[in-house]
Amino acid sequence: MSSAKSIQEIEASLVDDFSLFETWEEKYEYLIDLGKKLQPLEEQYKTEQFKIKGCQSSVWIHSFHQDGKIFYKGDSDAVIVKGLVSLMITVLSGQASQVIVDAPLDFINEIGLSSHLAQTRSNGLRAMIRQMKLDAVTLQGIGSRE
Amino acid sequence: MSSDNRIDIENIRSQFPILQRKVKGKTLVYFDNAATSQKPQSVIDAINNYYTTYNANIHRGLHTLADEATAAFEATRAAVKEFIGAKESEEIIYTKGTTESINLVASSWGRTFLNAGDEIIISTLEHHANIVPWQMIAEEKGAKLRVIPINNDGIIDMDAFKSMLNEKTAFVSIVHASNALGVINPVEEIIQLAHDFGALVLVDGAQSAVHLDIDVQRLDCDFFAFSTHKTYGPTGIGILYGKRALLESMPPYQGGGEMIKEVSFEKTTYNELPFKFEAGTPNIADAIALKSALDFIHQYGKSTIRHHEEMLLRYATSQLKQIEGLKIIGDVENKVSVVSFVIDGVHPQDLAILLDNQGIAVRTGHHCAQPLMSRLGIVGTTRVSFAIYNTIEEIDILIIALKKAITMLK
Repeated sequence: MSSAKSIQEIEASLVDDFSLFETWEEKYEYLIDLGKKLQPLEEQYKTEQFKIKGCQSSVWIHSFHQDGKIFYKGDSDAVIVKGLVSLMITVLSGQASQVIVDAPLDFINEIGLSSHLAQTRSNGLRAMIRQMKLDAVTLQGIGSRE
Repeated sequence: MSSDNRIDIENIRSQFPILQRKVKGKTLVYFDNAATSQKPQSVIDAINNYYTTYNANIHRGLHTLADEATAAFEATRAAVKEFIGAKESEEIIYTKGTTESINLVASSWGRTFLNAGDEIIISTLEHHANIVPWQMIAEEKGAKLRVIPINNDGIIDMDAFKSMLNEKTAFVSIVHASNALGVINPVEEIIQLAHDFGALVLVDGAQSAVHLDIDVQRLDCDFFAFSTHKTYGPTGIGILYGKRALLESMPPYQGGGEMIKEVSFEKTTYNELPFKFEAGTPNIADAIALKSALDFIHQYGKSTIRHHEEMLLRYATSQLKQIEGLKIIGDVENKVSVVSFVIDGVHPQDLAILLDNQGIAVRTGHHCAQPLMSRLGIVGTTRVSFAIYNTIEEIDILIIALKKAITMLK
């Protein structure tokens, strides 16, 4: 589970992946596919406590601490948002707390999805990132968000 | 007005410059009219013309610009009076929108006339704007908020409503047409029944004003509220109609300039209707431009517009029903041009994103009617809503785009 790659390397490789697609359809199909293939989150974590409320869809993030690194698992009821969850987990899971907190996460704007997907408050992406960073700080000293 | 109910759609579309714009490289298909309608050039020109040639503060200035601005501002009020069939222009209050109109009544009337133990009735179909103001005043005054149930199609349970009415019923605030489903409520009957118990009735006309013929005198409603940005007019302007005697009996909603007769530090006397409820400099430009929006509607006539929209509604409904797993919510005869639907295994938000990428604007989510969504047991719907400038061809584009989105998501 631990990642030898830096956040920058992972982000660059995601931007590379997305740059292979020429049409919006291919990009979204890839994102949807990532969403569908996301490692399932155990039902016990799909509760209010782990929910990040967007305007229209729900996201659940379970964060935990292992061997000095922070790990994430997640889910969403909307599959495109679940694809975004998958991207965030790919980039952040397995990194050190401070690295996560400092991550600018510029790749979201660079993978060429429609700008509103990256920016709008309605899909809860901002809230998702905020929660993941917050959990990283909290977990540094404890064990997991319970 | 066209006598054969047919409209020159190309001519109409040419009056709406925004319909020419491209979204994601495709010609915009705008199906979010229940949220706000687009504006014809005449409305845009009226705003521009006001600021270019006669911008002035109204009512008090003794100069030519002030005279012209005042005359135009009051001409719109007279046009609104005609638009909804009010008896007098003084019964037409300018507000920011439906939300402020309802808040004005809940606050001014409610604070003065509601007593502890009184009952306020709303329905399950209400927009949050017709729920929260009543919750706030009910809590403040110790009144009770009661909710008329609906069936699974969004039709109000009139028997339940009748059984809820009693001598404690003080106020009924009811939506004319549901923003989420399009279903039209039998407001005439509701008003009559409520009046039999001495209760007042406010009709939330946010969705009905642009589609249905409104005659507040025939309806006999005590208050009628609507927003003009849904009637081809500018944002930031709404209307509250109230029967004169009621408005006279209510205290001002806000204090400030314009709404006073005389001010001293000991005692202030208030201005006459409608100014009593219009504190401060109003939204002059948009009020003036509203007249152009009403003229636009009159030019075709509501029955002609409705005929066109009903044709679109019927066509869209029949085409949508052919999509596997799609279920229309509120699939009833009596509705405005709104189709709300859910699709098995497809989240509305995913759908909206993929439709937007194809240049199509629809609304998804709970439509500011969370209690309704929870009653129907859904997280939200996808809502398609039509206006005079929409076409059958656009519905065909939507259907193809929908099928593509579903294939991508499933």
